[in-house]
Amino acid sequence: MSISLQGTIGRGEFERALNFSVADGEVLAITGLNGSGKSTIIHTIAGLVPLRNGQLQSDNITWDAPDSKQWVAPEDRTCAVVFQDLRLFPHMNVISNVAYGLRAHGVSKDEARSRSTALLARVGLLSFETRLPNELSGGERQRVALARALVIEPRVLLLDEPLSAVDVTSRAALRELLPEVLGSFVGATILVTHDLGDVEALANHSLSLN
Amino acid sequence: MGLPFTVSCEHYGVQTTVPEKRSIDNNLTRVDKVFHNLVTLGAFFSMVVLAAIGGFLLYRGFEIFKDFGFSFITSSKWDIGNPEDTSTAILGIGAMLFGSVITAIIAVVISVPFAVATALLIEFYVPGWIKTILVSILDLVAALPSVVFGIWGYAVLLPLVEDWSVTIEHYLGWIPIFNVPSEIFGRSPLLAGLLLGLMIVPIITSVAREVYSQAPRELIDAASALGGTRWGALRAVVLPFGRSGLVGGTMLGLGRALGETVAVYLTLNLVFEINFKILASAGGNVASLIATKFGEATAYELKALMAAGLVLFLVTLLVNFGATMIVNKSRKIV
Amino acid sequence: MSVVVETMPPVPTRPWRNSKTTGMRNLAAIVLAVICGGAINQVTGLSGFLGLFLGAAFLFPVFVAVANAKRGANVVTDRIASAVIAVGFIAVTIPWLSIFITVFQKGSEAFHSSYLTDDMRITPSGDDLQYGGIAHAIIGTLLMVLVATVISVPFGIIAAVYIVEVKGRFAGLIRFLVQAMSGVPSIVAGLFVYSTVVILFGGFSAWAGAVALSILMLPTVARTSEEVLKLVSVDLRTSSAALGATQARTVFTVVIPTVASGLITAAVLGVARVVGETAPLILTSSYFVATSTNLNDPIASLPIYIFSNLGLGDQNATARAWGGALVLLGLVFFFFLLTRIFSSRIKRK
Repeated sequence: MSISLQGTIGRGEFERALNFSVADGEVLAITGLNGSGKSTIIHTIAGLVPLRNGQLQSDNITWDAPDSKQWVAPEDRTCAVVFQDLRLFPHMNVISNVAYGLRAHGVSKDEARSRSTALLARVGLLSFETRLPNELSGGERQRVALARALVIEPRVLLLDEPLSAVDVTSRAALRELLPEVLGSFVGATILVTHDLGDVEALANHSLSLN
Repeated sequence: MGLPFTVSCEHYGVQTTVPEKRSIDNNLTRVDKVFHNLVTLGAFFSMVVLAAIGGFLLYRGFEIFKDFGFSFITSSKWDIGNPEDTSTAILGIGAMLFGSVITAIIAVVISVPFAVATALLIEFYVPGWIKTILVSILDLVAALPSVVFGIWGYAVLLPLVEDWSVTIEHYLGWIPIFNVPSEIFGRSPLLAGLLLGLMIVPIITSVAREVYSQAPRELIDAASALGGTRWGALRAVVLPFGRSGLVGGTMLGLGRALGETVAVYLTLNLVFEINFKILASAGGNVASLIATKFGEATAYELKALMAAGLVLFLVTLLVNFGATMIVNKSRKIV
Repeated sequence: MSVVVETMPPVPTRPWRNSKTTGMRNLAAIVLAVICGGAINQVTGLSGFLGLFLGAAFLFPVFVAVANAKRGANVVTDRIASAVIAVGFIAVTIPWLSIFITVFQKGSEAFHSSYLTDDMRITPSGDDLQYGGIAHAIIGTLLMVLVATVISVPFGIIAAVYIVEVKGRFAGLIRFLVQAMSGVPSIVAGLFVYSTVVILFGGFSAWAGAVALSILMLPTVARTSEEVLKLVSVDLRTSSAALGATQARTVFTVVIPTVASGLITAAVLGVARVVGETAPLILTSSYFVATSTNLNDPIASLPIYIFSNLGLGDQNATARAWGGALVLLGLVFFFFLLTRIFSSRIKRK
């Protein structure tokens, strides 16, 4: 199993027991109401929120298991996140944003640049390299966030409401792009959404938190 | 605060009347008007004081500016000549201004890296309870009187810096600023600058800490979720976000270093020449000049000290205006 | 349908928890660095504790880098950065610690049974240390600081009330001026008071010293009061206003009593800021060897006691200067603790 979580996630007052796993090439859609902990799942897997109990494993490596004090730092986890609020670095241009993860993993400047350019081409943003995030439309920003996550070739891709911050016209274009990208992605994907249309269009499995 | 409508009790019940629109000023009762005016008057006290400082120093020192003109600032000679005849005096604070600037620059160059390290350590490396302790220590050091810094600098730091200076001059003496032809080390700009640096680290640290703590937490998270190490995230997010705030904090420190009196008086040899050889025992700054000469000054020399005070006042005011503006601006952006 | 954004309480995350192995590696690197630093110390003859620290400070990041070398360039950079930051912090605390230790050691030499209760009325500074004392300087300092507080606290609070409560048209300007005032060099404040109070009223006096101190105190009081007044909730103000109270009444009977301990903190912070000011007092209150409470005459103060004793060059006088520094440090520390006590009261509210 590429990623499996069995235990209790929680943040502040909120707590919830969960048990699921996702294999390579599969897309798990997680749906649920506000406050049901969808984003917390993403943050827990990424290592930004610790697990309350139980364990989180990926490729037989334990990422987080509070009972046995095992912990892999977020930067050492082979996953990548597209955050709901995107969190692009506002002071870096598009290519620097995309290349950030590669540079952080020790990839040389030239290689990071060429790989980032290739991915930007794939999401259709080739001529946007030197723009700043606040010079882009919502849909374009979403694509940058997607490219930024995919470029580091993660084993687990975490998408938090990838279509929520987008206006209606760009949403249609992204709806076309996403299956194509996810279809060629070799690792496991977890997709958090509140839109049942997304679940049908993109996911193999779904998990409802209601 | 006026209520949105008035309620008046008549004999047979309650009658509600909605008054016409009123401007905000009319909302104030007479008591509040008086209160507002009094508070406004009191609040302008700071402006009155600042204006009075500038005004009185100009009034007392005006004769000096008239007699020497621009050369009061550029000339390095300080000679009262015949005390009975003011026309024989040659007075200039060029060397002292230069000394103020060079010691303050040394202080800033030394203190900024340590202040950044301390701020990062406090905000991002230590758990909460240690943070509380460290912040208290920094606040305490910031409150240490400069005379305590001065006496320590004279007794403890001076011999150390003298030793280091000899070594530095031995190996790096071929670089002009490290050259000491007089072979007299000790109470040098380096010592005074180092001491000032220790004094302003808490000031710069507290501003840096404030701006670093306002760096967006989500972006730090995003950086580590993409594989950035702690340093990677600090470099990508925190340092760029804190840059202008750090510049402002540094300028605040610079202002403090420019105006320091006693610590410099005790650790820097007052010599009226422009000395850029930072290891040599010669220099001075405007503030310590005033403290040194004040006791035995002739009436005319006293006027010159007032004029020197005015120059110092304007320089520090300018630096602080700049610093305040930069810090306030960076607060708004973050 | 509109887009719903999930709102979570903003809980600070801690992405950088250290694993156990990292901790052990760091500890090993520190120990090794200190040992090697000591060895270098022995061989090259660098002097004492500072030499040891210098050696260890340069070696520690290197060892940390070696210990993590297997984990790739980025991890190594990260660990070196952590090591450099830690070393930088320790390097700057060493002199601070040294200040406290030196003042305590040298200062206690001057102490004798009646040091805190005697003055220097009949004792020359060079006299043996069992004669004379520092009472006159303590009393003079406290007296001037008290008068300065009485002058500056009302004006400081008024400035804060203007910015926070009245929210006048010039609030931004006033805040800006107060900040600019905090940058006025203390010697300039001294010169100003000399050129006005001292010259006009014919000589050095405790009054002049107090006025100079109040100028330096005002910005601290105003800025802290401003922060404190901002803590008062809007509800409290509006509920008072809704009951028909004028704003003046609201400020005096609701806002200020609510944050009284905060305003005291502001005053004490201001005191801590000026209690050790030396330069302005040279120009205003001068010095006097006997205990005096007459505000119209020159008066002794701790900073000037230190300063003038230091200037004599005599061994006993220097020891007295250190004794004065210890007393002054004690006073600063006392006021500092007071601010902590009062500010912890605000938080509990």
